[in-house]
Amino acid sequence: MSLDSTFTPVPERHVLAKALANRSFLVGLVITGLVAAMALVSFFWTPYDITRLAVAERMQGLSLAHPFGTDHMGRDILSMIMIGARNSIAVAIVAVGIGMGLGVPLGALAAARGGWADEALMRVNDVVFAFPALLTAVMITAIFGPGAVNAIIAIGIFNVPVFARVARAGALSLWPREFVLAARAAGKGAVLITVEHILPNIASLLLVQGTIQFALGILAEAGLSYLGLGAQPPMPSWGRMLFDAQTRMAVAPHLALFPGLAIVITVLGLNLLGDGLRDVLDPRIRRER
Amino acid sequence: MSLLEIEKLSLSIGRTPILQDIDLAIEEGQVMGLVGESGSGKSMTALAVMKLLPHAARASGRIRFGGIDILSAPEAAMCRLRGDDIGMVFQEPMTALNPVKTIGEQVAEGIRWHTGANRADAEARARAMLERVGLPERQFPLSRYPHQLSGGQRQRVVIAIACALKPKLLIADEPTTALDVVLQAQILDLLRSLVEEDRMSLLLISHDLAVVAEMADRITVLRHGRVMEAGETAAALTQRRHPYTRQLAEASTHVPARAAALRESDGEALLQVEGVTRDYPLPRRSLLSRRQSIRAVDNVTFALQPGQTVALVGRSGCGKSTLARMILALDRPTGGTIRFQGMTLQDKGEEALRPVRRHMQVVFQDPYGSFDPRHRVERLVAEPLHLLDERPDRRRRRALVAEALEQVGLAAADMEKYPHEFSGGQRQRISIARAIITRPKLIVADEPVSALDVSIRAQILDLFADLNRRLGLAYLFITHDLTVARAVADHVMVMHEGRIVEAGPARAVLDQPRTQPARALVAAAPDLERALQRRLARASAG
Amino acid sequence: MTAFVLKRLAVGLLTLLAASLVVFFVLEVLPGDPARIMLGMNASPEALHALRTEMGLDRPVALRYLDWLFGMARGDFGRSYTYSSPVLALVAERLAVSLPLALMALALSTAIAIPVGIYAAARHGRPSDTLAMGLAQVGVAIPNFWFAMLLVYVFAVGLRLLPAGGFSGWGVGLDGLWQGVKALLLPAVSLALPQAAILARVTRSAMLEVLGEDYIRTARAKGLPRRKVLWRHGLRNAMIPVLTILGLQFAFLLAGTIIIENVFYLPGLGRLVFQAISQRDLIVVEGVVMLLVAAIVLINLLVDICYAVVDPRLRSSR
Repeated sequence: MSLDSTFTPVPERHVLAKALANRSFLVGLVITGLVAAMALVSFFWTPYDITRLAVAERMQGLSLAHPFGTDHMGRDILSMIMIGARNSIAVAIVAVGIGMGLGVPLGALAAARGGWADEALMRVNDVVFAFPALLTAVMITAIFGPGAVNAIIAIGIFNVPVFARVARAGALSLWPREFVLAARAAGKGAVLITVEHILPNIASLLLVQGTIQFALGILAEAGLSYLGLGAQPPMPSWGRMLFDAQTRMAVAPHLALFPGLAIVITVLGLNLLGDGLRDVLDPRIRRER
Repeated sequence: MSLLEIEKLSLSIGRTPILQDIDLAIEEGQVMGLVGESGSGKSMTALAVMKLLPHAARASGRIRFGGIDILSAPEAAMCRLRGDDIGMVFQEPMTALNPVKTIGEQVAEGIRWHTGANRADAEARARAMLERVGLPERQFPLSRYPHQLSGGQRQRVVIAIACALKPKLLIADEPTTALDVVLQAQILDLLRSLVEEDRMSLLLISHDLAVVAEMADRITVLRHGRVMEAGETAAALTQRRHPYTRQLAEASTHVPARAAALRESDGEALLQVEGVTRDYPLPRRSLLSRRQSIRAVDNVTFALQPGQTVALVGRSGCGKSTLARMILALDRPTGGTIRFQGMTLQDKGEEALRPVRRHMQVVFQDPYGSFDPRHRVERLVAEPLHLLDERPDRRRRRALVAEALEQVGLAAADMEKYPHEFSGGQRQRISIARAIITRPKLIVADEPVSALDVSIRAQILDLFADLNRRLGLAYLFITHDLTVARAVADHVMVMHEGRIVEAGPARAVLDQPRTQPARALVAAAPDLERALQRRLARASAG
Repeated sequence: MTAFVLKRLAVGLLTLLAASLVVFFVLEVLPGDPARIMLGMNASPEALHALRTEMGLDRPVALRYLDWLFGMARGDFGRSYTYSSPVLALVAERLAVSLPLALMALALSTAIAIPVGIYAAARHGRPSDTLAMGLAQVGVAIPNFWFAMLLVYVFAVGLRLLPAGGFSGWGVGLDGLWQGVKALLLPAVSLALPQAAILARVTRSAMLEVLGEDYIRTARAKGLPRRKVLWRHGLRNAMIPVLTILGLQFAFLLAGTIIIENVFYLPGLGRLVFQAISQRDLIVVEGVVMLLVAAIVLINLLVDICYAVVDPRLRSSR
C-alpha cells in the first residue's frame, strides 16, 4: 500500500464519462461557457453602443428596450455588463497565466531539486503569503498607477506562490513513487522525468487550482476596480459599475443589482466547475461508513 | 447452539454482488479461520457481523450472535454489542488509532462507555489490559500517543482495545499482514494466548494459509463471495478435497523448476559490493546540538555471479531496500564501493552510468504504483530503450516491446492498452517486460511478489525462474518472505540492522541458520507443511 | 514544545525582516524619487529639496533602510507627511475601528461556519447538507462590498434599523458601546458572510475526510454511537485544516477592511492606508503595511501553536 495520501493520478479515459455525470461540473461548465460567450459576442455586437452617452435616458428602470435599465449617463447596463465581462475574464486569465507560468516551474524545480532550493522557495512563499493580498495589490496599482495591466500584475503576483505550492506538493508526492524510480533506473534525468511523468500527472491538480484562482481573480479585479484602481473609464468594469451605483442606491437600486449578479454568477460558475473537476479528477474513492 | 451463526448471508453494493449465500458458524472458544484471496469478501463478512458495512451495502440472510439477530437489530443494540461482546482488530495498525488521543484514553474509552466505570477505574483496567498485551506501564505509560509507538506496538494497543472487556467473539481482519514475519509471530502468539485465557472465540481472517493452519481449529475458504469449502483445518488442508483448496495450498508452497545452481567463483563477479555504508542524517534536536545520523546500511560486502539468484531477506526496516537503491545507483553510499561488470558506480554521473543501467534493471513491489497511469503499455515497456546509444525507430521499438511482452507471457497486442486494464499479476508481468527489454544481465527485484495473491505469486515466480533459464538473467531478490527465498534463490543473505549477518547457499541458511537474527526469522516464518504436521501431531496426541 | 515555538518565532522574525526589505524597496527604491512621488510632478524644486532633506533622501539607501528598520524596532514609525502627526498615533486611533471590526467579523464567521460545517458533515448526502452547501457555494461567490451595498439598501435605506455608514467613536458607557457596535454591525456581517461560506465548506470537508479514517472505524468497533464518535474522535482531528483557514482568513479580513471601510466610510486602518496611498504619504503606507504583515506573522505563529496543541505529533518532532 502506498503511503502517500495526497492523490493518485487517474487515466484520462474514464474522465469524460464521469464528468458528464457530474452535476456541479455540467452546471459550472454551462455558466462559464455562457459568460465567456457573452464576452466574445460583445466584441461584435452589444444591444447599444456604450460610448454614446444619452443623458436623457439616464437611470431608467427595467424595460423591453433596456432589460437591465440604464446607468447615470444613460448607457445600457446589459451592454456594459457584456463588455465588462471581457475585462474581468482577461484580467483573471492573464493573472492565472502569470501564476501558473512562474509558479509551476518553480514548484516543480523545488520538488525535483530538494535541499536548499526547495527551502529557499518555501521561505520566499512564506514572505509573499505574509502580505495581505488585496492591500499589496492596492499598493502596487497606486505606486505604478491604476489600470488593467497593473491590476493583472498585482493579482498575478499572488497567484505565483499558490501555484508553486500546489505544483511542489503534487510533485513531491510523485517523486518517491515507483514509476518515477523506474524512469530514473531507465536513465532519465530530472528535467525529462518532470516533463514526461510529473507535469502530466499534476495537471489535474493545477487545473482545479486554476479555476479556483480564476474565480478569486474575478473577485479581486472587481474589488480593485471598485476602488478605482482597475480598468479605467470609459472601459466598463463590473466593479466600477458597482462604485457608480453605490451613491445612487436609494434612487436606483437596480444599478447595483445586475453588475453584482454578474460577478456572483461568474464566480459561482467557476467554483462549480472547479468542484466538479476535483470530483471527476480526484480518484480517491470516498470510503463511506 | 453456536455463538455466531451466519446463514445464507448475501450482500451487494449497488448492483455488484459481494457475498452470496455465506454459511459460517463459530462455537464458543473456537478459532475459525476465514481464508481467501483479495476480493473474496472476507472483510465484508466481518464488517457484516459488526454491522459496520458501507452505507451502500445491502445484506440479506441471517446473522445470529448469542440469540440476537444482527441484521435486524437496532443501532443502539449493536452499540451495546460492539466492543463489549464482539471485539475487532484491523489490518492497518498505523492508521487504526486516533493520532490526537493517548493510548490510555483510547483503551479506557470503551471500558467507560460499556461499564460506566469512572475515569480512575477505567484507567486501571486499561493499564492492566495494556500490560497483558505486552505494553507494561513502566515502558509504555498510558499518556503515550500512537505516533510514539512502532507498528507492532500499535497493533498491541488495537488488540487491547478489542479485548479490554473480554468479548465473547474476537474478529481479527488480517491482523498481521502489515507487519514483518517476526512481529507477525509475536502478534499471533499474543492473540492465541488471549483467546485461550479468556475463552474467547476468534474469527481470524487471512490470505495466508500457513497462518490460518497454525491458528485455526476450523477453516472456511472463500472465493468470489462464495464458500468453497469449510471444515476442520488439518483435514481440509491435508486432504485438499476441494479443487480450489488444493490450488491454494499448492500455490502457497510452490517451488518453480530451476536450472541447477551455479558453482561459486565462476570467473569474474557480475556485481561486487564492498564495505558499503549509508548514513541518513537525523533532524537536529536543537540548533546547537551536533547533527546525528542513523546508519541504514552498515559495511555490507558481497558478490553476485552472472546468472545467479541471490535472495536478500530481513525484517522490515533492516536496510535491504536502501541497499537495493544504492546498487541501482538511485542513491549514493556514504562509504564503500559498488562495482558492476568491473565498473565502480558510486562515483559516476548519470551519463557514465548509462551502460550500467542498460544491464541492470529493476522490478518493484507495487504492481499499481510502478507505472505512470497516463502512458500506454508500449511507452511504459519501451522506457528503458532510452538507455540505448542508438534510439530505435518506431517500428523497431514496437518489435522490441512485442518481443518483451511475449517473453513474459502477454500478447503483443497488449501494448495498446493502459496499465489499469490489467490485473495485478499481469501488471507485474509488464513490469518484468520493461525490465528485460534492454537485455540486462541483472534484475534487482524489490519484493516483487509480496502484493500478489498466492496463485498469481506462483505464476510470477515461475516466470522469474523461466527467464533466468532462458536469458541467463541474474537476480537480486529482495523479500521478507522466506518461502519465496527458498523457492527462487541459489544463495541467501540475511540482513539485520543494516548488516549482513549470515550468507550462504539457500538450503544451508534457511534450514540451519547459525546466527540469532537468522534463526528468529526462520522460526517466525509461517510454514504450511510444518503447521499442518504440528496440528496433526497435537490431534493424535490429544 | 518551547523549541518548537522558538523556531517558529525565529522564522516569523526572518519573514518580517524580508517583508520589510520588500516594502522598503518597492515603495522607496523602485519608483525612483520618493519626494517627487509624494509631491507630484508639479512640485517646485525648493519644496522637493526641503522634503528630500527632511526625509533624509540625500543619504545612502542602505542607511535609510536601517534607520527606518531600527526606528520601527523602537516603536518610531516616522511622521506622516499629510497628517503631520506620528504614524503610530494615527494607526492607534484607526485600530480602534479596524480591530473590533475584524474581530467581530471573525467571531461571526466562526460562530456561523463551524456548526454549519459539522452539521452538514453529520448529515452527509441528505437534503439539509445539500441545501447548506448550496448556500455556501453561493456565499463564496458574493463579493463582500456588493453584499455590503445590499445590506445597506435593506437595513439602512429600507428598514432604517442601522446606520448606513460613518463611525462616531466608541463613546462612553454601555450606550456608547452599543452605538459603536451598531455602526460596525453591517460592515462586520458583510465581511463575515463570504468568509463563513468558505469556512463552512472547509469544516465540512475536513470532517468528512476524518470520518473516513480507520480510527473512526476503530472507535465505532468499541461500541460508541456515531454521534459520540463524531464529537470525540472526529472534531479534534478535523480542526487542523480548519485552523489553517482561520489563520488565512484573519489576514484576509484585515485586508478586506480596505474595501469595506470604503463602502461604509469608516475611519479605520484600511481607509487610512487607502488615503495615504492616494496622497502618496509613503511613510504611513510603509508603517501600516509592516504592522499588518506583523499581525499576519503573529497569527500564523498562533495557528502553529494551536496545531501543536491539537496534534501531539507536532509537539515532539521538529
